[in-house]
Amino acid sequence: MIENTLNFPILSLLIAIPLAGAIALFFFPREEKDAIRMTALGFTLVNFIASLLLLFYFDTSTYKMQFVERYDWIPWIGVQYFVGMDGISLLLMLLITLTSVIAVLCSWTAVEERVKEFMIHILILETGMVGVFVALDMILFFLFWEIGLVPMFFLIGVWGGKRKLYANIKFFLYTLFGSVFMLAAIIALYFAHGKATGVYTFDLLKLYEVTYSYDLQWWVFLAFFLGFAIKVPVFPFHTWLPDAHVEAPTAGSVILAAILLKMGTYGFLRFNLPLTLQASYTFAPFIVLLAVVGIVYGAFLAMAQKDIKKLVAYSSVSHLGAVMAGIFAMNQQGIDGGVLQMINHGVSTGGLFLLIGMIYERRHTREIADFGGLAKVMPVYATLALVIFFSSIGLPGTNGFVGEIMILVGLFRANVMMAAIGATGVILGAAYMLWMYQRVWFGKVTHAENAGLKDLSPREIVTLAPIIILIFWMGIFPGHFLKLTRASTAHLTEMIERNQAVMDMIAGSGRMTVEIPRNGAAKPDAQAQAGADAHVAAVHE
Amino acid sequence: MIFNNAAIMQTLNVNLNAVAPVALMTVLAIVLMVIDFFLKRENKFSLGIVTLIGLVLILPVAATTVDPAPAFGGMVIADAYAAFFNVVFIIAAIFAVVISNDYLRKISSERGEYYYIIIFATIGMMVMASANDLVNLYVGLELMSLSFYILVAMRRSATGAEGALKYFILGAFSSGILLYGITFTYGFAGTTNLTEIARMGVNLSSANHYLLIAIIMLVAGFAFKIAAFPFHLWSPDAYEGAPTPVTALLSVGSKAAAFAFFLRFFGGAFHEFHAHWAGLLWILSAATMLVGATVAIQQKNIVRMLAYSSIAHAGIILIGVVVMNGFASAGVMFYMFVYAFMNMGAFTVVALMARNDGTGKSISDYKGLAGRRPVLAFVMALFLLSLAGIPPTGGFTAKFFILASAIEARYYWLAAIGVISTVISLFFYAKVIFYMYMKEPDALDDMAPVTQAPSTLAYNIIIFITAVSTMVLGLCPTPVMDMAIAAVSHL
Repeated sequence: MIENTLNFPILSLLIAIPLAGAIALFFFPREEKDAIRMTALGFTLVNFIASLLLLFYFDTSTYKMQFVERYDWIPWIGVQYFVGMDGISLLLMLLITLTSVIAVLCSWTAVEERVKEFMIHILILETGMVGVFVALDMILFFLFWEIGLVPMFFLIGVWGGKRKLYANIKFFLYTLFGSVFMLAAIIALYFAHGKATGVYTFDLLKLYEVTYSYDLQWWVFLAFFLGFAIKVPVFPFHTWLPDAHVEAPTAGSVILAAILLKMGTYGFLRFNLPLTLQASYTFAPFIVLLAVVGIVYGAFLAMAQKDIKKLVAYSSVSHLGAVMAGIFAMNQQGIDGGVLQMINHGVSTGGLFLLIGMIYERRHTREIADFGGLAKVMPVYATLALVIFFSSIGLPGTNGFVGEIMILVGLFRANVMMAAIGATGVILGAAYMLWMYQRVWFGKVTHAENAGLKDLSPREIVTLAPIIILIFWMGIFPGHFLKLTRASTAHLTEMIERNQAVMDMIAGSGRMTVEIPRNGAAKPDAQAQAGADAHVAAVHE
Repeated sequence: MIFNNAAIMQTLNVNLNAVAPVALMTVLAIVLMVIDFFLKRENKFSLGIVTLIGLVLILPVAATTVDPAPAFGGMVIADAYAAFFNVVFIIAAIFAVVISNDYLRKISSERGEYYYIIIFATIGMMVMASANDLVNLYVGLELMSLSFYILVAMRRSATGAEGALKYFILGAFSSGILLYGITFTYGFAGTTNLTEIARMGVNLSSANHYLLIAIIMLVAGFAFKIAAFPFHLWSPDAYEGAPTPVTALLSVGSKAAAFAFFLRFFGGAFHEFHAHWAGLLWILSAATMLVGATVAIQQKNIVRMLAYSSIAHAGIILIGVVVMNGFASAGVMFYMFVYAFMNMGAFTVVALMARNDGTGKSISDYKGLAGRRPVLAFVMALFLLSLAGIPPTGGFTAKFFILASAIEARYYWLAAIGVISTVISLFFYAKVIFYMYMKEPDALDDMAPVTQAPSTLAYNIIIFITAVSTMVLGLCPTPVMDMAIAAVSHL
């Protein structure tokens, strides 16, 4: 493990700055709304700038954890305060700090009631999210995972729409249901590792070092799967998402789409694959199936929606299905594409929710039927919307295209049939997004109320600007971003391929005694071939 | 037989140090009785202050009285384990006494006997925790129970009478069952001393029918005290009828006392028969968790909801008793410690919200509390989240230790049921938070001041202490858990 090259507890700082902001806001008088907004913006901006520092000091040549900090917390059961990051967490970290700035900006005029509490919740949520993506101690991870839940609960519950109570309790119970099973799995791993090595620890890197029995892996995978699949959400656990999205305030939706859903996919990458690799093989075909069903089903549901926000929520189900399919294609292209698509979806869907928030603030409706011809009234808005729509569809030149094509390539290598079905998601995505664009922005102004709408204010343009920049930057120079994650994903892929060879030999020879291939992952195909030959020989005997 | 005084003294092993906390508490109770005699009705509140001072002075004595050798002919044992629980009892009693002053004035029921009966109840709990003999245990249990029968009936209302009567009749019945179980134990072991029983246990045939009957009856008797399913029916009524400070003490103190003896008895004297009683307690634990959590959902009264939540908690703690190893026992002790703070905190908020006419205990009375009393709503949310087991509160840490011990000992199904019941219970805890933060008050009369208590200072102090402790125990459980582990190691 690389020590902290920065010689400075940068990750703790990133966790602490928003928390300090929340504490500072606590002492503000609640009438000073503008001061509260400025302070919240200040703290999120400082955190964003601090997170940019990571880019300069990040070593892209290694998969190992960087900026590591480690202190004992509850020593007698081996719980530590242990944080660090690799390429996968780095990109998500930057997305979090950027999204938090955007969340504050987009609530500037949208939230007028209880501004103080609102900003406090946003800042605590940022602390929780940052913590999730850097925690390397399982208990610490779980802690941040749950901490993020409470402010979201309040964001939806207090500042939400009409059916907020229903949506909120659904969101809360679903997520907690999954996470308690995750906790059980963490404890099971802890004891399994302790019994195998004599060292009882929740240190994730230590837990990686042991290969657990297949039975245990099977159960642990399933428990983790419940926790993460609900969060992603994977079909058929997705029903909480549209409700939560529709009822959440704009900032809540943006954070939910951009970051919280990624906690699930990140969990699969960080925990399921490395810890329970063998069980992952068993489950991968089923998960790819669920993911592909999610892509198609989510897309069809999106097409049928009358509410713009609900449409985008279902499109999230579809896009996250693609991310899951990429990850569980279990090869380099798929995983790279999945990671990139996580960021893409954060950028483009976050942007879509911002767009919806802007129009909702003006019209207080989100029904597609209430709009039409907005392009004439709000030309800037229409232009920026079109860019974000194209990104969401995955038009070449935008970020969405790169991620989708990589996922499809990876999926094609794993399962041609699934790739073929999954690819229809791209077409369906274009269909529902463009159809919506046509109904809302093109044509005549059908409603008199829409005729007098103001175009975007400078603040709103500033809010959208980073998203537009990222869309093109990631679309034209995806290498800049892939470079950051490459070492981490390559390490993961290498681990998968090495195990693949072993597994193939087990399956091939029909015997449980297997030699570990001496030349590692160099020639997995040759190994598999050898296994198949052995199997043929065994049959003939 | 030679009647030699010195020899008798030696076998009796008179060691006043071992009973110092109990003796001091008794002195306190007697002093209170005497003072009460001279006080006019409007001055009864000064008794509360004397009680408080007495309890605060006894607390360090109870915490430091550690003497692992059994005293009084093996009747009493004042080990670190007993000291740990004595601290829990006295802390709970202190909280109850502090909030009682205003509460009694609010319900116009200021009586002197209230305070010394609380002390007697606490003495009963302390005797139970340090009992090393079934007879001594029974004396402590009855002292505690009889005191609580009176305390529950203290509010002379219909609900108070109903709750007290139910509690009394069922309680007396269950005491009888417990005593019957003790006689069976004596029947096969020839002694009521726990150390002796443990020694007998090694030689006893495990197929002894009398042993099984004894186990069943003892479990039934204790299950009543901790309000485990199906012996829980008294608790919602008693909780609702009793003055809220008494409810708080009842839910924390009597439960902790019963668990204190549960652990000492099943972990020590009956440890050889783990295979016999563990299955019984397994079923009891699973059923208690699920029934407590599901029935709580339908409750409209916050006290009844907390009563069922308390039943669900008893089920979770029972997991630790089923597992019964060092880690699990320490987990149970830690859980009781945290529970004392978070539950006391929640009940203090309930006592503060209750109005003179006995209303204000419906969950719908909490609608919009965050708008009127943001800090109060915040701490109530904290207590509820802790009871629900959400990190980083103490409730999470406690639940974590218990579930971890179950998984370690391969009680996977029990752990799974514990996890599921936790999720179910989230629903009703979250509901109160919804009401506080996300609903508007029903009518204008709810906008009236939350409390008409003369002073809220006492409440605020208790709420502050319990809230801070709940958080600290969640973030930094090591000191208390270290103490619990040290105490268990001598068991």
